Amino acid sequence: MMPVDDKVPDPQPAAAPRATPRSNRSLWRSGDPFVWMTGGALSVSLLMVLGLLLLILANGLGIFWPADVERLTLADGGVVVGQVEAREAIPRPGAPAGTGVAHRIKVRQGNRDVLGADYVWIDEASITRRERPADVAFFERLEWGAFFGVPTALRDGDRTVADGERTWEALQARLAESARVLDEIRRIEKGPVTRLNYDQEQIRLALRRLEMQGVQTGPEVDRLVRERESLQGRFLEYEETLKGLRARLTARVTVACGRDRTAEIPVAQIVRVCRPNAMGFLDKAGYYVVRLLEFLFSDPRESNTEGGVFPALFGTVLMVLIMSVAVTPFGVIAAVYLREYARQGRLVSIVRIAVNNLAGVPSIVFGVFGVGFFIYGIGHSIDALFFAEALPTPTFGTGGILWASLTLALLTVPVVIVATEEGLAAIPRGMREGSLALGATKFETTWRVVLPAVMPSILTGLILAVARAAGEVAPLMITGVVKLAPALPLDGLPPYVHLDRKFMHLGFHIYDVGFQSPNVDAARPMVYATTLLLLAIVVMLNLAAILLRKRLRKKYAVSAV
Amino acid sequence: MEAVQSPELRLGGGLRAPSPSPPSALPPDAMVQIERLSVLYAGKAAVRDATLTFPRHRVSALIGPSGCGKSTLLRCLNRMNDLVDSVRIEGSIRIGGEDIYDVAQDVTDLRRRVGMIFQKSNPFPKSIYENVAYSLRIHGVKNRSVLDATVERCLKAAALWEEVHDRLHDSALGLSGGQQQRLCIARAIAVEPDVLLMDEPCSALDPVATAKIEELILELKRQYTIVIVTHNIQQAARISDFTAFMLLGELVEVGPTRELFTTPKDPRTEAFISGRFG
Repeated sequence: MMPVDDKVPDPQPAAAPRATPRSNRSLWRSGDPFVWMTGGALSVSLLMVLGLLLLILANGLGIFWPADVERLTLADGGVVVGQVEAREAIPRPGAPAGTGVAHRIKVRQGNRDVLGADYVWIDEASITRRERPADVAFFERLEWGAFFGVPTALRDGDRTVADGERTWEALQARLAESARVLDEIRRIEKGPVTRLNYDQEQIRLALRRLEMQGVQTGPEVDRLVRERESLQGRFLEYEETLKGLRARLTARVTVACGRDRTAEIPVAQIVRVCRPNAMGFLDKAGYYVVRLLEFLFSDPRESNTEGGVFPALFGTVLMVLIMSVAVTPFGVIAAVYLREYARQGRLVSIVRIAVNNLAGVPSIVFGVFGVGFFIYGIGHSIDALFFAEALPTPTFGTGGILWASLTLALLTVPVVIVATEEGLAAIPRGMREGSLALGATKFETTWRVVLPAVMPSILTGLILAVARAAGEVAPLMITGVVKLAPALPLDGLPPYVHLDRKFMHLGFHIYDVGFQSPNVDAARPMVYATTLLLLAIVVMLNLAAILLRKRLRKKYAVSAV
Repeated sequence: MEAVQSPELRLGGGLRAPSPSPPSALPPDAMVQIERLSVLYAGKAAVRDATLTFPRHRVSALIGPSGCGKSTLLRCLNRMNDLVDSVRIEGSIRIGGEDIYDVAQDVTDLRRRVGMIFQKSNPFPKSIYENVAYSLRIHGVKNRSVLDATVERCLKAAALWEEVHDRLHDSALGLSGGQQQRLCIARAIAVEPDVLLMDEPCSALDPVATAKIEELILELKRQYTIVIVTHNIQQAARISDFTAFMLLGELVEVGPTRELFTTPKDPRTEAFISGRFG
């Protein structure tokens, strides 16, 4: 870090006979100021990065922690129940210095459906009492966000199942039961029903194909129509089953919130409920882990501001992988031609400069190119040739994970080319000559000696490409990323890999949740957590590549890059 | 692995005619015949009008000060100069009676018959085993036992077997400079060439490693025709049977080493070998 140097000559020596100007010059010439400058520049950059990381870590990791719920009684008689999230001084411009500073706090009061706003700012001066009652519960719901209040009664239809003290236990039992039913519903919807929809779609396409071939009637058509009818019959059976299951979800819990106010929450709407003030540290830690896992491995809710980010996580990683598979061979082959085969001259120099400049083209321009070339050009042709029966619904002629990945591959190919070229330039001429002198052809030399030796440089290029691609958002917005994708690009339906599907992406998720959401305060924690996750993914992908490169370097200890 | 035969007996792998009789008995026939060879780089002559022959199963040394064209001449013998743009080669070179600059000549086949050792050892970033097996693999040999036998034979011939036989699959880059150079020799003789070209093979080595390589060269000349470029006059005197002295692209004098060093005909030769310049 900052070099500590005690041998620096004093610029104004009291006793020394030397003249000041000369002393100044020798100070500069000694090189010490230069070392301070370089060290200082490094420290400043490191501090900024560290600050950013700390900000993201502090905000991103804290959001799953069930903070204590406070009940605030206000001077005007009002009561606010919620979690205190921030405290700040009230700015009073023009106030004379020395007057006391007043503060206000930001309270997450939830109960959006009842109160209208999730968050409220309260002047500390107006609070007469702050307490933490143990029986206040914190509900997470499928809709309408958080709810704070004291559960007072549990009803099933018109029948009261429990009230008063016993409500909490009865609620827990009911929650477990409703979770089982909900799981069953989800299983049927995601499994057989999705499959039935898929099969029906396939039959529709098959009929359309026959129609396009001029076949309107006949045994084949009859068979398909019969099959479709039987599928529809089964579909209706599942509908009945689902209806029956949903009918079992009738329990409602009455919750007292604020003064003399109650709300009814259907138990099926409750994702999770806890009483933070009554929980010990271990309980809270357990709750934290559950919510963290939900964040990583489940689907988003509430227009992405609640729930998990699994589809976005999956989409990001898959997109980066497809991009890597596309960009590496392409970039390496281009670099090999440029360095090994092309006659080095003015034209190659121009090409090299052009490739370097390509890395500086704004990414949205690549996105526009991707739309024009991949989607409208190649995609439409593929649709016309292979998926004509599905038209006018486009298959590949619209944004999808394949096109987004290929667009990013184009965006990052200069990085791979440059890194590979530098690696090729660093391979000693003697190594190539040694192979040629043994009677190997140029191709054999390139394939068996040069390429293995340049592998570490290729990986360096790939690391840079991945880092750039994982953080890119602009070109993806127009080539296939969506706010909410109904299905993952990989699933159990043939052909299992659906490269034509639209997908979700963490970078776009950050933009969407942070800046397109109507409820910015509620979405903010999600933005931090998602940012942290995206950073972690980039770091992990890079670490994997770095470890691989280290192993290769050990094997072929030659490349300089 | 137990070596059944001594390295000398196994040299050449039995595919070649048996070792010739002692050097003095037969007049050595010409393996490499160079006639009126001129090499021009971008119009500038690096070798001018050189005519000489390198006899079979002898060590011939090319000596001369830096930039005299001796390496250029050497690199014409396996057509490594083809890799340089803007080179023009005139005259003819025949190796084993074949004109190597004939249009019908397959360059990779020529380079298989004319092996080369470079000034700086250049092992591939592969294991010791794979370095030696490389040339066999590119010529399509896949049989494991053939590969194993060849690797062992060549490493023994290059006097490296004893030092590396227990770590054949370690990286070749972990060897010392002298070992790397001997590995390159083993690699070069794996394809059983007729001629071995050596371009200052010891210039980057310490005296002990140099002595080992020189000893090896004397051993190898029973099987191969060796042409060595060196700027070390003593080395030429120690190991070569014939010496050619070049100066500024011109071939000044050729002759049996003993004669050239004791009774040089050209005053420039005398000046060079007595160390007055170069």
